[in-house]
Order: sequence, then structure tokens, then C-alpha cells
Amino acid sequence: MTLTAPPITRDHAYELSHLDSLEAEAIFIMREVAAEFERPVLLFSGGKDSIVLLRLAEKAFRPGKFPFPIMHVDTGHNFPEALEFRDRRVAELGERLIVASVQDDIDAGRVAEETGPRASRNRLQTTTLLRAIEEHQFDACFGGARRDEEKARAKERVFSFRDDFGQWDPKNQRPELWSLYNGRIRKGEHIRAFPISNWTELDVWQYIAREDLEVPSIYFSHKREVFERDGMLLSVSAVTPAQADEPTFVEQVRYRTVGDMSCTGAVRSAATTIEEILAEVAATRITERGATRADDKFSEAAMEDRKREGYF
Amino acid sequence: MLKGNSLLELLRFATAGSVDDGKSTLIGRLLHDSKAIFEDQLAAVEQWSQFRGHEDVNLALLTDGLRAEREQGITIDVAYRYFATPRRKFIIADTPGHLQYTRNMVTGASTADLAVVLVDARKGVLEQSRRHAFIASLLGIPHVVLAVNKMDLVGWDEVVFKEIVDEFLAFAEGLDIAEVTPIPISALLGDNVVDPSANMPWYDGPTLLHHLEHVDVASSHNHTESRFPVQYVIRDHDTDYRGYAGQVAGGVLHPGDEVVALPGGQRSQILSIDTFEGPVTQAFAPMSITVRLTDEIDISRGDMLCLVGDEPTVSQEVDAVVCWFADRPMAVGAKYGIKHTTRAVRGVIRSLEHRLDINTHEEVAADSLAMNEIGRVVIKTTSPLLFDPYRRNRATGSFILIDEATDATAGAGMILGPAGG
Repeated sequence: MTLTAPPITRDHAYELSHLDSLEAEAIFIMREVAAEFERPVLLFSGGKDSIVLLRLAEKAFRPGKFPFPIMHVDTGHNFPEALEFRDRRVAELGERLIVASVQDDIDAGRVAEETGPRASRNRLQTTTLLRAIEEHQFDACFGGARRDEEKARAKERVFSFRDDFGQWDPKNQRPELWSLYNGRIRKGEHIRAFPISNWTELDVWQYIAREDLEVPSIYFSHKREVFERDGMLLSVSAVTPAQADEPTFVEQVRYRTVGDMSCTGAVRSAATTIEEILAEVAATRITERGATRADDKFSEAAMEDRKREGYF
Repeated sequence: MLKGNSLLELLRFATAGSVDDGKSTLIGRLLHDSKAIFEDQLAAVEQWSQFRGHEDVNLALLTDGLRAEREQGITIDVAYRYFATPRRKFIIADTPGHLQYTRNMVTGASTADLAVVLVDARKGVLEQSRRHAFIASLLGIPHVVLAVNKMDLVGWDEVVFKEIVDEFLAFAEGLDIAEVTPIPISALLGDNVVDPSANMPWYDGPTLLHHLEHVDVASSHNHTESRFPVQYVIRDHDTDYRGYAGQVAGGVLHPGDEVVALPGGQRSQILSIDTFEGPVTQAFAPMSITVRLTDEIDISRGDMLCLVGDEPTVSQEVDAVVCWFADRPMAVGAKYGIKHTTRAVRGVIRSLEHRLDINTHEEVAADSLAMNEIGRVVIKTTSPLLFDPYRRNRATGSFILIDEATDATAGAGMILGPAGG
């Protein structure tokens, strides 16, 4: 035992950078899921986090095929740029895509469309997601959620258990030690697996830069007609029309998250390259969800409540 | 310029203590001074504190994210927090000091390279501090920082600091901790957290952040004994590709190495070590790679590859220290599912040698382990485990016990060696 720190003796040959460590951990998690579950699926939104998941899946399973399909829960209110990107990327990878559509659930009367100017299909996604999981009998879903995103997510497990109603019980989670993930479930239950739990928004962008990954164009600065609502800049569109008292204007913006158009705001930005985005993210003082997601602003526990119901 | 940032090292550390020790203030300061707290997070916390009639902004609310935690003013689970400096990225496992402290601290400590044990300078080394040091030692954390906090409230007195350090070191003598680094701090005022203290000229050691940025963490992985638990078999029919995917758990592997597959005992040679980017010339923990062999041998998930002559213990009876998490106590004769590396077996508790009192370290006779209790057991498994003592290798020396009736993770084990060995 020493009182002061011993001289640093390091074998630099056996060190990994933080991105390499995070990547190795994520690949390990993906392979654990592929090995322990019969019918996994990878949830893909077209956003940066699920784009990273796709690259990690390539790293985990190539030269083989992915041992799972890719599924997109389509609210019908997606950014067209994200949909175009989704189809192109999945085709490039030569993998299977399943689209679960919120519109189908509305048409079948399983959910009712919200009304009013703040109507959003964000919450309706949960029904569609759970229906698709049941229909396809998925027993594990990869998601791109990160613990730094939101405080309810800070306590979520890497293997997060869902009961047969798809519910999350934050007070009764399995302790998770070392890299020994407990994937035991019964029929009807499933696991949400989060390979990039330990990544931050900055890590994700650094990884996108390092891996030279393409992202939808709306992540980069562009001119867009917007209006301000609840402190956020919303795009003027059929989904989010401006009200009479909401003046519209053209602004130089980009998106930090790519969610449903009805609840995803843009941020003022001049960043047109990944390097400029990195500089912006490193200097920002607002979390990505705080800046751009109305869905998390409804209450102090909005995310926790949605997650309990089975949300992503 | 920022691309250079991607060469940071990663340090995972655990903090233990209660709000009273100033733990939240300390984490708040580390996050704040490294700009990892965002304005909207701070604003939300301020708003909530005000609404609830708290006088000060309660930084614990930054980590206590669940509704039940905020309402009851308690922390019910390990929270993970992230911050980075130009040298390193840090993952903090923030473990609550009261409720379920053993379970939570064991969980947080299991992935940590370093533990920060907080002591209030006015109160000295309490039972809680001993408990934290004991669990850090039990979980094989090589580096412990003894952060003596609230030095401002004892007049920055060197004598107070030295007494606490001496008492802690005397206690830690009996533990298995490679390095204790005592640092006098004031989390509230920032002294010796990020910047050196002007109030304690008698202290010439590193600040807490400086230590976190410079402590050697590569040593947390074993780079000596070669261990490659096979996780998944990758096949590509078009190219006849067959590779064994997994994360290196110990040692260093090279193409051309003579290897043995356990428990079968088949021998072969490493043809190549593959990654998505192409073959590499070496692989070490914790890299995730794919190994191809020169021979077609029957290997599947749960098997282990290692260099010939460098094998782990292969045994169906293990001597281990177990920490219990489930409501239903661990009983001698009970059967559990076991997950060890990538291997799933069943096991029966053959005997409970004793329970360990985590406050006194005394071995106490017992016939079952209740929740949050720790004991030494002998477990017999349905098929052999391929293991090293936990002290040699945390990856091949650890396992979890699963209650087969509820599927819950009921306990965590650290292997001492083969039973009777």
C-alpha cells in the first residue's frame, strides 16, 4: 500500500482509446443478444444513434448477415430526409427492413389521433411498437438509447426487462454486474438491449466522424421556414402548421435529434460539416432532448412515464 | 482539432457515500467544472427545488431521475454519469450510501477501476467508510481515493487530515487494496477537486481530478494469461467463413499461436484475428474480435480458447464469495442458474462456510444468506467452469446466480479457486 500515487508505469501497447473501449463493449452486447435470444430485432429511427447501431452490427457480425431484421416504427410524420436515408442505408447493407406503421393502428382503431395544435403521434408509437413486437414474436429489441440523454434513462440497464405488457418497472430492475447480462425471460416478455448505454452525444458524433458515417441531411445546417412554440423552433409543415399567433420566419437551423416532426425542434446552427457539429456539441450548454424535444418537456417525469408504458 | 479528442482513455469509477458526506456536491462540482452539467438540467433542478421549498439547489436531483426518488428524497439505484476532460472520458457509477447499499455498491464497483471513498473531515472514518473500503477491496478495485471532504469546516487542519488518513490506512492494511490515495478536499468550495487548494499549502499531492486523469487504469485488465471465451460463431456460407467471435478476457493473442479449446481439449492454431476493418496482428482485453483457426474443430458458445500451457482451472466445484441480492435467502442445497463468462450452467450450493460481517470483517457461522449479505460458499456445477481466481482476472473469476423460479439476478460471485484446492 502506498500513500502517494506510484510512478505511472504503462504498457501503451495494451491500451484502447475511449471510443475503442465503448465500441468493444457495444459489440460484445450485440453478440450476447444474438447468442441468447431467438428472435431479436434492431429498432432503427434514421437518427444518429441508430445509425451508429447499424455500424456496430456490421462490426459484430460481418462477414455474416445480421442475425436479426431492422424495424422502423413509422409515425407517418417523419422527416422525408430520414425516410429516404433509411431505405438507402438498409439497401446498402443488404439487410431486411420491417416498417411498423402508426397509421395502421389509427385506421384499425387501436389508438386515437390526438387533436389540437400540439397533437403528436409520439406517444402512439408505443402501441405500434408493442403490437409489432407481439406480432413478430420478438424477444429482444436493440435500441439506441443512451444514459446521458435523460435522467430516467440514467438508471436503465443494458439488458432492460419488459413484462408481457411491455412495461418497464424502474424500481424492480435486475442488478447488472461486470459484463454478465441476465437475458432470461418467459414467453411474451422481452428485453430491450442498449449497446450504446455508456456513450454520450459527443461520443456518438466522434464515432460518426471516425467511421465516416453518413447521416440524414437535416443534421446539418440548412435554411428552413420555422416558428417558435414553447421555446422550440418547429418546422412549418402539414404536420405542424403555425397558429395565427405564431409568426413564421426563415432561419439557419439544424436538428440535434431526429424524431417525429410534431415534437422535434430545430436549433439555430451554422454547422455544415461533422467537424463543425463536433465543435458545437462540445461547446453546447443544453442537452439534446432539452433543446429539441417537446415530448420530454411535458412534465418532470415525462420520459419515465412513457418508458413505463413500453416506449423506446 | 476535435478528432484528436477521440484518443481519450476511459476510466470507470465508483463513488460511495451519502448526501451528508457531500457526495452529490462533489459529483456536481466535477460535472459542473468539466461542463458536463447542462443549463437545462440545472434549470430543471432549480425549479423543482424551489417548488418543493428547498433552500438550496439540491444537486442530488441531477442523478435521482426517477419519480419515486425525487418524491421520497432518496436514491434507489446506481446512476451512471458521464464527463470528459481533454485527457480522459469518465463513467461514474454513483451508488447510494443507505438503502440497499451493499447490492448497489457491489453493482457499481463491479465495473469500476477506481473507487472514491468520501469521508466527512468532522466525523472521521465511520462504519460506512469502512464498509465502502471493504466492498472496494472485495470487488478487486485496484485504486481507492480517500477523499477527506469538508476540510473548510475543520480549519484546513493538516492534523485532522493526517489522523483520518492514519486511521483509514490502519484499517485498510487488512484489506486487499493495491493503492490508497488520500486527498484533502472541499467539494463545496472546490479546493483540490479541480484546482489546487490555496488554503492547504501543506498538501503537495495531486488534486482529485488530476489523479483521476493520470492514474494507471490499463492494469485493470489482465494481459498475462490468455483467455478467449467464445461468444458467438460467425458463418458466411458464400465464402465458407467460420470464425469465433468474442471479447478477449485476458492475455494477448497473435496469429500463429498454438491454442487449446476448453473444456474439450482440442488443439489448433490461430489462423487470423479478424475485425470489420481487417485482420490485426494482436488482440488483448477488452477487444471484441473474431478468431479463425487452422483446423475445423467443434467449438461453440461457452467454450474457451487459450494458449497451450496457459490454461485456466477447469472444475465443477468452486470456492467463492457470494453477495446476495434476492428477497428469498440463499439456502444450502438450493439450485440456481449460473452465468460465468459466456457459459450458462446450473449449480447447487453445496455448503456455506461462513457469512462475512462487512463492518467487522468477522466470519460468522450461518446457514443462509439474506439480502445484502456476503458469504463464502462451495458451489457444484452441472458442467465444468473454466475460471481463474477473481484476484487474477475479474472477467474469468466472476459469475452471477439466477433464481430459476423468478429469472431474477439473485446473487453475484467472486471465485477464490477450486473447492478443496
